[in-house]
Amino acid sequence: MIRANDLILRTTTILIAFILFGFSIYLFLAGHSAPGGGFIGGLMTAAAIVLMYMAYGYEAMKKIIPVNYQNLITIGLAIAVLTSIGSFVFGEPFLSQTFEYFHLPVLGEKELATALLFDLGVYLTVIGVTMTIILSIASDR
Amino acid sequence: MLYAVLIPLLIACFIPYLSKFKDKIHTGIFVLFVPLSIFIYFLQFIDTNFVPVAQGYSWIPSLNISLDFYLDGLSLLFVLLISGIGTLVTLYSIFYLHKSERLGHFYVYLLMFMTAMLGVVLSDNVFVLYTFWELTSISSFLLIGYWHYRERSRYGALKSMLITVFGGLSMLGGFILLTIITGSTSIQEMISQTDVILNSPYLPLVMTFIFLGAFTKSAQFPFHIWLPDAMEAPTPVSAYLHSATMVKAGIYLIARFSPVFSAYEWFFIIVSGIGIITLCWGSYMAVRQTDLKGILAFSTISQLGMIMTMLGFGTKAAAFAAVFHILNHATFKGSLFMVAGIIDHETGSRDIRKLGGLMTLMPISATLALFGTFSMAGVPLPFLNGFYSKEMFFDVSLDLSSTSLFIAEIMKTSIPYLAVLGSIFTFVYSMYLFFGTFTGEKHLDELPSKPHEAPIGMLISPALLIVGVIIIGLIPNLVNEPLLAHAAKAISGEEVHKHIAFWHGFEAPLYMSLIVVIFGSILYIFRKKWTDIYLLIPGTLSLNKVYDRILDGSEKYSRKITNSYMDGSLRKYIALIMIATVLVTFTTMLTTDGFTIKTDDLAKVTVSEILIASVMVAAALGTIFARNNVAAILILGVVGFGLSVLFVLYRAPDLALTQLVVETITVALFLLCFYHLPNLRPRTESFKTKSVNAIIAISFGALMTMVAISAHSSKWFGAISEYFIENSYELGGGANMVNVILVDFRGIDTLFEIVVLGIAAFGIYAMIKLRSDKGVE
Repeated sequence: MIRANDLILRTTTILIAFILFGFSIYLFLAGHSAPGGGFIGGLMTAAAIVLMYMAYGYEAMKKIIPVNYQNLITIGLAIAVLTSIGSFVFGEPFLSQTFEYFHLPVLGEKELATALLFDLGVYLTVIGVTMTIILSIASDR
Repeated sequence: MLYAVLIPLLIACFIPYLSKFKDKIHTGIFVLFVPLSIFIYFLQFIDTNFVPVAQGYSWIPSLNISLDFYLDGLSLLFVLLISGIGTLVTLYSIFYLHKSERLGHFYVYLLMFMTAMLGVVLSDNVFVLYTFWELTSISSFLLIGYWHYRERSRYGALKSMLITVFGGLSMLGGFILLTIITGSTSIQEMISQTDVILNSPYLPLVMTFIFLGAFTKSAQFPFHIWLPDAMEAPTPVSAYLHSATMVKAGIYLIARFSPVFSAYEWFFIIVSGIGIITLCWGSYMAVRQTDLKGILAFSTISQLGMIMTMLGFGTKAAAFAAVFHILNHATFKGSLFMVAGIIDHETGSRDIRKLGGLMTLMPISATLALFGTFSMAGVPLPFLNGFYSKEMFFDVSLDLSSTSLFIAEIMKTSIPYLAVLGSIFTFVYSMYLFFGTFTGEKHLDELPSKPHEAPIGMLISPALLIVGVIIIGLIPNLVNEPLLAHAAKAISGEEVHKHIAFWHGFEAPLYMSLIVVIFGSILYIFRKKWTDIYLLIPGTLSLNKVYDRILDGSEKYSRKITNSYMDGSLRKYIALIMIATVLVTFTTMLTTDGFTIKTDDLAKVTVSEILIASVMVAAALGTIFARNNVAAILILGVVGFGLSVLFVLYRAPDLALTQLVVETITVALFLLCFYHLPNLRPRTESFKTKSVNAIIAISFGALMTMVAISAHSSKWFGAISEYFIENSYELGGGANMVNVILVDFRGIDTLFEIVVLGIAAFGIYAMIKLRSDKGVE
């Protein structure tokens, strides 16, 4: 197949992908207090990566983001399980979450929740799952 | 007593080691001592003043099941038969089975059977009795199929297994009912509660179940068909199991429960009715057989029918006659089987048409057979025990008390005639068996091997049995008081004293015996003239055909039924699942009065909702009728996006976001997949199929709608969401309640949902990347 010169697509992709990345990270971090969370954040990140794949092709993307998405699923699940088990250390039941307000140097009074770590596991798993599925199907000939 | 029962089984464990020396010493020699020692042990119990002995061993106390053994006169008679004939059969088998046979297997099965049989007759607990009962079925199955490379053996073994296990299972049902009625698992306890059982509404059911067990095991009409086919077993097995012991287990069962059931008026009709039919049918069919063991098998069936008839009478004298005949039958039938085995062994044939004139070649066997057959026929000679019991049978059949039931009255008048009729045929086949084999022309050239007298070892066992026949014949009162009186007492429940005499004057039983001898002789002499009748009657009445038809039919129809709905079509399965769901849900809702509609707590419907809903409905309909698959996917996408808009309207931003992205990705994935798939073919189903599918789909949808409305209309308690609203910020530290529920309150759901996603991803990866046609390295 002869590839058309899709300069406009590639240029806009750079812009849009970064906006998408930013938005997805916002969704992920804001999830505890505003609409969003690990699941939708992960999907959004995956969408950004897919967009880049569409614009730049499989070979190029493997160099740009050298991530094995199957490993990402494993890592995500491991984080989710380990943070759940972590509550045992404090003598609490499985999957107990807690939160505390900290005074951080630059950001000021902020809340940090252990739920965010669990959500990180969800986030990584969702990215891994989505990318694995799409790349497996798309690269199948 | 526990050891007496279990010793054969324990010895059986060592048989495989012993059978290694079988080239030097026949394995049977080791085995011989087992039944012999048991026989001697139980011989000590024979006493005129014998009192029942009970011994209990704990087994499953929580279920009230214990190894209770109870030795009364009836059990003692059976135990002596089992161990005594067991000894003789083992002795006989040492000479019958060659060392090249798999002797280890044979004796393991035989000892297993011995334990089972001893257990059956000694158990007082019904469930222990049942356990041993099934063990007899299994060991009998193994013994019948001993020469498993023969097709007939396998057929016979399977047939006997199916029929006896059918009976055994129904018997278990009867036992369970009895346990429920009496609250006890002990037979003696049940007998003491006879009144409770007789007044129970389950009585007919209990009797049907238990009698099915007894009739199948004892080869009563119409379940007798397994016995002739069981003759494929080695002859020692036929002599032991199918003449003396196992087939009498059913007799034992009826006798054991006779104190309970005999007061019930149908007891006589069922037991004696079946018994007399079996007697006549078995003796009639026996005349037709050409195989020696076939004749003996049908003869056993008819003799068992005779014992069963006597048990059904329920009188003291009949009980005595029954136990007397049990003993007599075991002696002469065991010896006859052994003689048949000798003839088979020495001539290579059991076909009575090929045999003949063996008298001079095998004089000892001929003598033994003469006593055996004449005793079986009941020829009036003072040294044959068969005559005494037959005479008693005639006697008790004439002496029946009257009852109110009409059928019972008819049977009462007809039984003596039928008894004489059956005995005439018994006489005919007994004569045929003896004279057909030992007199007449010799067909030596037709026989596979040259006949000569059997080795002495083989003759010992039948000779001892015949000695038993003669001793009981000469001095019948020898076993009377010490053994038979106790056995009869166990059956009838009261003291029985009877003097057995050869001569008791010119009375009806004597005339009946004379009629039997005269008519029997006439029929035997002119046998060839009327054998053609057999071509007519059993030809159409053969129960084997019924059995085969049931067996083949059940296989054929179950295959047909399975094929009719398991045709591999997924559409059909889906349709069945949906129909089942609709039917079950609908009937449940209807019978529990579940359909309700309440409109008081409904929200107001806005214009935008109606608009979105109608777009979604239109898109859904469009998907069904779309002719192009890409179009169908895109239109389906409309439904998904409509849903996310609805989520927005219902103020579920997280759901709306997720739905939006997931819908986009699903549509994209669908398109990716369909890129590889061929175009949708135009639907070719008939209008009928289409309309059936439409009806199923519409009714399913309608039902689910109704269920949803009903569920909404019947709220029994408030939602727990108040708790989350109040506590999500306080306890979870987040303002987004949905997210706090997902990662905090109900985090474990999320944990496993991402596991599901991971599995799905790896599944897809594996399916696509690791296809076998792709050539995995």
